Amino acid sequence: MAANEPSTAATVPQSGFRADRFSVRLESLLVLVVLIVALSFLSPYFLSVSNFLNILLATSVIGVLGFGATFVIAAAGIDLSLGSVLALSGVVGALSVNALNLPWPAAIVTCLAVGAFCGLINGLLNAKAGIPAFIVTLGMLGVARGLGLVFTNGQPVYGMPDPIVFLGQGRPFGVPMPVFIFIGVAIVAHFVLAFTRFGKYALVIGDNETAARAMGIRVERHRVALYMVSGTLAGLAGLIFLARVNSGDPTAGLNYELTAITAAILGGSNLFGGRASVLGTLIGALVMGVLQNGLNLLAVSSFYQQMAIGAVLVLAVWLDQVNRARGQR
Amino acid sequence: MSLLELDGIMKHFGPVQVLLGVDLKVEAGEVVALVGDNGAGKSTLMKIITGIHKPDGGTIHFDGADISGHSPGEIRERGIEMIYQDLALARMQDVASNIFLGREPTKRLLGTPIRMLDRARIEQEAEAMIRKLGARVPSVRHPVGKLSGGQQQSVAIARALTFNPKLVIMDEPTAALAVREVEHVLDLIRELKRQKIAVILISHRLTDVFAVCDRVVALRQGRVVSDEPITQTSMNAVVAHIVGAA
Ligand SMILES: Nc1ncnc2c1ncn2[C@@H]1O[C@H](COP(=O)(O)OP(=O)(O)OP(=O)(O)O)[C@@H](O)[C@H]1O
Ligand SMILES: [Mg+2]
Repeated sequence: MAANEPSTAATVPQSGFRADRFSVRLESLLVLVVLIVALSFLSPYFLSVSNFLNILLATSVIGVLGFGATFVIAAAGIDLSLGSVLALSGVVGALSVNALNLPWPAAIVTCLAVGAFCGLINGLLNAKAGIPAFIVTLGMLGVARGLGLVFTNGQPVYGMPDPIVFLGQGRPFGVPMPVFIFIGVAIVAHFVLAFTRFGKYALVIGDNETAARAMGIRVERHRVALYMVSGTLAGLAGLIFLARVNSGDPTAGLNYELTAITAAILGGSNLFGGRASVLGTLIGALVMGVLQNGLNLLAVSSFYQQMAIGAVLVLAVWLDQVNRARGQR
Repeated sequence: MSLLELDGIMKHFGPVQVLLGVDLKVEAGEVVALVGDNGAGKSTLMKIITGIHKPDGGTIHFDGADISGHSPGEIRERGIEMIYQDLALARMQDVASNIFLGREPTKRLLGTPIRMLDRARIEQEAEAMIRKLGARVPSVRHPVGKLSGGQQQSVAIARALTFNPKLVIMDEPTAALAVREVEHVLDLIRELKRQKIAVILISHRLTDVFAVCDRVVALRQGRVVSDEPITQTSMNAVVAHIVGAA
């Protein structure tokens, strides 16, 4: 094969921005913009800095969980234990300062460590023992929730040290602390998934596991690491939750895993792996946050809010498939 | 010592005995054809060399070292590349990412020790490789899954040749190619030979085998049934070895 036909050889297009590289579902961005515009007209209270901060605050826990879900989904996995791990982490974090009288940083460390540990167990059972992710994390959903209830007798653990409460309720420069954490995690997570080998390999494993293995990627080890990422983020979400409500609540985060996964899918991640974006998940989470906030402002019953989110999810995925079928991407 | 030496390789999948003690030697710069009927065990044998499958018995030496039981990553590192029959491409990733899969160059993030993918280098070098091979690919940023079968094959070939291998295993590399592209691949094999790079070519197209190979090894029912220099055999003889009518 000689270089006799340079005209047919590959070229790098000059365009700087490529939406496909971010894997953001553009329909979701559109939905977000339309929602914001529509709600601005419908409610006089919607379009304000303080309301937007409210939305970000309300979205922070689900958002952080959603980023965790995104990493696992990238590699064609699933983590159904996110909500339960959130609760268990929060409970253990609360107990560490409350019952064990450890200094306040212990709450942070234990929240993250409990999350990471749950992720490690998920990962080992899935990748090394070969049990399907759905089953493993469904099991963890039950075990982690149960452990949280056992540790606390089903009662919330009240009263956190001031620095922890500050993490949830503090407002430096008028911006709630959880929003800082949320945005900070979004930036780091997006960088890792989109710009590092770690993220690239997650996507490749989800795309073609055999190819990943053949090219020397240590698939099992990577899977374990990915579940640890999602577990740790669930632990962080647990910390935010704990700090916001000033108590470790064993019933916290019920069904949050489904909302988190919805945010990821809404944002453009492929449930079957190979395509995932933290930025997309951020948009997906915001769509749900804005929708919820708007419907609250319009005094629509929360029963309808669930329906609206379900409908938006199906709509976005459907639009995406129509687009794909037309070959526009 | 030969570049590659397989000694008594055995492999079964459940109750199915696929390989029953295979010996094979390949010298540097030699082009060896591996032929055999569908299901003869050719791909399985090659995947044992690249570390995808662990053999039940036997040893593999490459470049003087025992590589039996090494991981696919380590074996690539030692200089064995394979173009898989199913191509082993990540379809949602673009051409450049596929060519550098598992070996992405990284750079520092703003001078910190944090390492990120060096996209610019990946794209430039992937493009250079595609150009050198004269492959017909619209752009290195094109998702591989949207390329034609032949274009995908070109990407798999480009990936195998980008990292200065000592041995390239090609499992049906021309199956999806048009006549002219087949010629390109055969030229490429001759060029590899000139550079002293060894090639194992698996092909059902005996004309290709006779066009470029030095030796032809036939596998049947898990055993090597013939191993002859190309100059001392004929297509009819090879066919007879393959079907077992000798
Ligand atoms: N991963 C696997 N699990 C179980 N059986 C397998 C596996 N891979 C191959 N086999 C079996 O091993 C035998 C040899 O397969 P192999 O793919 O090596 O044949 P081949 O010579 O490459 O054939 P072809 O010319 O069709 O590519 C077949 O009977 C096949 O069904
Ligand atoms: Mg085969």
